[in-house]
Amino acid sequence: MNDRPAVHIKGVSKQFKAGVTALSGIDLEVRPREFVSLIGPSGCGKSTLLRIIGDLIEPSAGAVEVNGKPAHRARLDHDYGIVFQEAVLYDWRTVAKNIALPLELLRWGREKRARRVEELVELVELQGFEDHHPWQLSGGMQQRVSIARALSFDPALLLMDEPFGALDEMTRERMNLELLRIWDASGSTIVFVTHSIPEAVFLSSRVAVMSRRPGRIAGIVEVDLPQPRSARTREEPRFFELVTEVRERLAAGGLELEPAEEAS
Amino acid sequence: MSLALRRQAIQWLPALAVFALGIGAWQGLVAAFHVQEFLLPKPSEIARTFWDERGTLWHAGIYTFKEALGGFALGSGLGILAALLFAAYRPLGIAFMPFAVAANAVPIIAFAPIMNDWFGLLNPFSKMAIAAVLCFFPVLINTLRGLTSVDPRSIELMHSYAAGRASVFRRVRIPASLPHLFAGLKIASVLSMIGAIVGEYFGGPTNALGVTILNASAYTNFPEAWAGIVLASAFGILFYGAVALAELLTTAWDPSRRAFHTE
Amino acid sequence: MATIAVERPSQTWRGGAAYGAKRSALVAAGLAAFWGIWEAYRFVGERAGITWPFTVDATNMPHIHDMLSALTKPLQPGGPRLIQLEWHWALFTGKEALLGFALGGAIGFAIAVVLAHSGILRRGLLPYIVVSQTVPILAVAPMVVVGLGTKGVKPWIAVSVIAAYLTFFPVAMNALRGLLSPDPRSMELMRSYAADRTAVLWKLRLPASLPFLFSALKISATASVIGAIIGEAPASIQDGLGGAIVNFNQYYSTGPERLWATNIVCAALGLFFFLVVLIAERLVLRRAPEHVA
Ligand SMILES: Nc1ncnc2c1ncn2[C@@H]1O[C@H](COP(=O)(O)OP(=O)(O)OP(=O)(O)O)[C@@H](O)[C@H]1O
Ligand SMILES: [Mg+2]
Repeated sequence: MNDRPAVHIKGVSKQFKAGVTALSGIDLEVRPREFVSLIGPSGCGKSTLLRIIGDLIEPSAGAVEVNGKPAHRARLDHDYGIVFQEAVLYDWRTVAKNIALPLELLRWGREKRARRVEELVELVELQGFEDHHPWQLSGGMQQRVSIARALSFDPALLLMDEPFGALDEMTRERMNLELLRIWDASGSTIVFVTHSIPEAVFLSSRVAVMSRRPGRIAGIVEVDLPQPRSARTREEPRFFELVTEVRERLAAGGLELEPAEEAS
Repeated sequence: MSLALRRQAIQWLPALAVFALGIGAWQGLVAAFHVQEFLLPKPSEIARTFWDERGTLWHAGIYTFKEALGGFALGSGLGILAALLFAAYRPLGIAFMPFAVAANAVPIIAFAPIMNDWFGLLNPFSKMAIAAVLCFFPVLINTLRGLTSVDPRSIELMHSYAAGRASVFRRVRIPASLPHLFAGLKIASVLSMIGAIVGEYFGGPTNALGVTILNASAYTNFPEAWAGIVLASAFGILFYGAVALAELLTTAWDPSRRAFHTE
Repeated sequence: MATIAVERPSQTWRGGAAYGAKRSALVAAGLAAFWGIWEAYRFVGERAGITWPFTVDATNMPHIHDMLSALTKPLQPGGPRLIQLEWHWALFTGKEALLGFALGGAIGFAIAVVLAHSGILRRGLLPYIVVSQTVPILAVAPMVVVGLGTKGVKPWIAVSVIAAYLTFFPVAMNALRGLLSPDPRSMELMRSYAADRTAVLWKLRLPASLPFLFSALKISATASVIGAIIGEAPASIQDGLGGAIVNFNQYYSTGPERLWATNIVCAALGLFFFLVVLIAERLVLRRAPEHVA
């Protein structure tokens, strides 16, 4: 469409009231249709950065633009689909109604909603569970519902905070493939937080490695693995090289040996 | 420290403002609309009467408060004991709880006159008894709920340490039940005052607060009746406040409370 | 973690019936045990001359069968049976309680919605909502009845107002707790959709508060009956259970079983209100997995 960045983070810092500096001087650009992962040690501010991008909290300094608009405007324009680590489903709603929640808020008509929910249920392969309640689903199924909910209104930007952190390895790898399929089909941009180096490498076009508190971007690794990725990708030598590179960056960032400038 | 004090001040400022506004509006409205003294005397009038009658009223208040306190201690103590027993011997609890829940749905206060008949009008124990019965069920139900609705994982954790039953009670169940226990005790503190006064309404010694209010109304001394009502309320507030303070000191960790009272 | 969530007990009709039968048997056994203990204590107490904590005699502990049979006898020769009178009194007091319950519930909920949206109002008003319940309403009741009377309000409606005063409190406190209960994540989700306050209220806060609201309504059901009974006494209303208690209390020494019988009717009325709310809760909250005791 155009080449202005989907997400433009400019000099963002965040101090919490308790005196904790969670982020300092973050600069990052995410291109449209890109899949960027944030990876870093626990407590380095990944969730905080994601929530600042989503205008759920305000930065102490700096600004975020999404598709050329301030983050606040983007939120009001329904540009975001958010997926949390836990599925955050409403117990009193069925699967179908949980998926339809944002559509209700956007005042879609009943029939249009029903049609869209049907598509999404198919996309995340939950046919037959439309009338179940969240507590009748497994953890992986719940997370698929919350992904379907995030995708339901075709948001320009998907923000995902360790969405597969609570899943077992097998489910997780299958969900990874599904997510890539969904990403390909929906044409959205994704910012993805994870603790898993292989997951970050497998999914992303770029991996942003963050350093320990105060959180900085310690480096960015371009993932030049061919698209579309498949289960095979995990067996390629290049995949292992990239995993090693991210791991070394992480170790270096954790010890704060390298200054942040060498990024990009 | 001074920061904490400032935070407290900000916390209570709106409440103080509402108090001042409320008293001012009361005074103003009663004067402006010439409300009959019988319905609602001016606050200044009540305050003056209170000052003039402070000796009598104060003693009456203390007398009734002692009744309430005795009933509170008796009823809540038995309630806590019963809850511990029911939590330790689950079949006992399962058999008895439906009756406790049903008894809690009964307007027990209607039995106040019978307590007077049982223990004698002038015996303070007749008021304590009704207050105790009123306190017993909410404390029992709340405490038992607290003792038994512990996250199963924290019990499993204790089992993994090979902790015994007593240890699980002491380290998991009892601490986890405190917020619930205090919810019950707060209800009980208010109920015990109500119980004592309702008991006195059906007859009691002339130096009791409920009887003083009743007699003042009967002799059309309405400012005194209202002064008695305000005093009863003040004792209720102090009692409730004391329980709330005890809760604050013992359950400062409870996150649900913080969210409830501040932002 | 990727396990199927805990199975809920299936609420089949058969299971429900068996459960109901078991409950009824338990209740019957409990009542029988109570009866037995009462009569045994009286029997032993009378013979042994127990005077502590109270004197055990026919006046203080009438036979339970005497209380029940008092209901079948007329109050005055040729008049209606006591049970018929009690029925009318119960209807009258029930009417007061019902109106008070509706008024108090609506006002309590409205207060909760307002306070849920404003931290400053919460800090300003919440203490006074607690304080309101420390006012000895029994002592204020005559003023309420007369005061509203001068505005042309019927006495029974004034008693409803007193009942509402006791009813609104649990609803306001619990509904507020419920409206504030959604976890931060759920609120952030709503925020990410740029949902306005109304939408957050209807789609999130309100459904999340329902279990809390019903716990409160169960307390309020009883509170409204209490309010109606203790409101009648000082208001000198003779047509309800409260008035009957005042009356029979005066003749306690000659007919204690009548006061006891009236108290049993009061208990039944309170239980009836409670059970209606309980059933409503079962119907409305059928899907919610929370254990609401
Ligand atoms: N609401 C808050 N108030 C105060 N400090 C906070 C708050 N939220 C986060 N922090 C602090 O900010 C820092 C970064 O937190 P954040 O949740 O962003 O970490 P994270 O990188 O997502 O960690 P993890 O990988 O464990 O999820 C932490 O040190 C945390 O203590
Ligand atoms: Mg995080």
